[in-house]
Amino acid sequence: MTTRTFVCRCEDVTLREIEHAIELGLGSVEELKRYTGLGTGPCQGKECMSTLVQLLVDRELVAAEDVQPFTARPPAEPVTFGALATGADEPEGPASEHERGGP
Amino acid sequence: VSDADRVAALGSATAKLPSEVDVAIVGGGIMGLSIAYHLARITDWTIVVIERSYLVSGASGRNGGGVRMQWAEVGNVRLMMESIEMCRGLAQELGINLWFRQGGYLFLARTEAGERRLVRNAELHREVGASTRLLGPYEALELVPQLDVRDVRLAAYNPDDGVVFPWPFVWGYAAQAVRRGVVVRTHTEVTNLEPALGDRLSVRLSTGETVIAAQVVNATGAWSAGLNRKLGIELPNRPHRHEILSSEPLKPFLDPLVVDLSEGLYFSQSTRGEIVAGITMPHDRDATSTTIDLGSSLEFLTRIGRALCHILPIAASLQVLRQWSGPYDVSPDGDAIVGPTPGWPTLVQVCGFTGHGFMMGPAVGRIVARHLARRERHPMLDRWDPARFARGISGVHEDMIIG
Repeated sequence: MTTRTFVCRCEDVTLREIEHAIELGLGSVEELKRYTGLGTGPCQGKECMSTLVQLLVDRELVAAEDVQPFTARPPAEPVTFGALATGADEPEGPASEHERGGP
Repeated sequence: VSDADRVAALGSATAKLPSEVDVAIVGGGIMGLSIAYHLARITDWTIVVIERSYLVSGASGRNGGGVRMQWAEVGNVRLMMESIEMCRGLAQELGINLWFRQGGYLFLARTEAGERRLVRNAELHREVGASTRLLGPYEALELVPQLDVRDVRLAAYNPDDGVVFPWPFVWGYAAQAVRRGVVVRTHTEVTNLEPALGDRLSVRLSTGETVIAAQVVNATGAWSAGLNRKLGIELPNRPHRHEILSSEPLKPFLDPLVVDLSEGLYFSQSTRGEIVAGITMPHDRDATSTTIDLGSSLEFLTRIGRALCHILPIAASLQVLRQWSGPYDVSPDGDAIVGPTPGWPTLVQVCGFTGHGFMMGPAVGRIVARHLARRERHPMLDRWDPARFARGISGVHEDMIIG
């Protein structure tokens, strides 16, 4: 019998897969998200982010005071295309309403 | 495999840089890594790739993964036939699953002008041996039964076009380049280039290190205009933000990537099951600043919601999971900018791919490597010459720029 620990339940990412990615030299939240797919499913990281960060802090790969979550992607909750299609016509909003930042 | 090899497999912030190299490639995206991989295969040169962030942090990690030969201009059609042919064997060559799926591209025209474009393109494609065929609306419906084709006049379908998952392309090229001795240094920015002895360039890095290079390649895509400006080099390509989204995953139902020409809408189903979609926005051609904007807008969601529900009514109950954006590197004539920089003979530009560099990456990497190593001149290199702008000989050839 094998035992598997799932860190990300949406995308079935196991602890072993994260450890493998760390062995390849990836140590940041953004890199691990991309290499394993963690946090890219329906919950968008709401379940798994803290587990991943705890794991990285425990292994001293990141410092608790410096670590940032991966960039939050709108929408905050899943929304249907049908609901979005009913949105009002808007001119391009002011820059302050845009999420600006690094990759 | 030793620990040191494994640590360097995808590039690292601590990879040791030689003090002198034959080629320093700036930018660890698809272009830079594909060039590095091909150069390492045909030369014994010392090669470094310098990436300012992590691999897949830029446009190579943000695009829709579409790969097509349905272009309006013969050079682009031939180039993409070459790139798709390379993609067929690439997963095996790179030893990584690229999720390359040839489900075709289906272009839909709803206006007379769009219809004329598809007819003209199909004739051109036939002449060069690309397998594009024209379909009536009901034949399109056979390919994608979920479409609403009531106002579709004509469709064009090429079964060799397809989609890939962009990330493993980048990792695959990086790992194979590293295996062949290329140093891939991440989290390190090039701060300056200065002339050194004998036409060489001194590459100054954010870490305080310096590398002397016989040749430097600027493969930083949308970031290239910023780097060039810093060096006082005037080239007309500019970054421009393009948005994209993905939905919840569905059981596979959609084979081709579908383009609605009237709206500039494209959507495909990834191998993960998500619908990945983008659309042309009103200000998409206004690329003037060298600043990179990676914001997301509600306006994009509204526009794509309407367009998608119109052409694919079942999308009304499909949920969007996330949206993000990436920068196109827009060249004013739509053609890439590849070759020696005017006034800087040992600084080679490989940029200006105008949102379609990812799909061209496999072919362009080989073309540039063969040019640097053997002086072979692929026919596209004349058209892509960075000096064309100063000579005033650039002209727009291509109108099939999507998204």
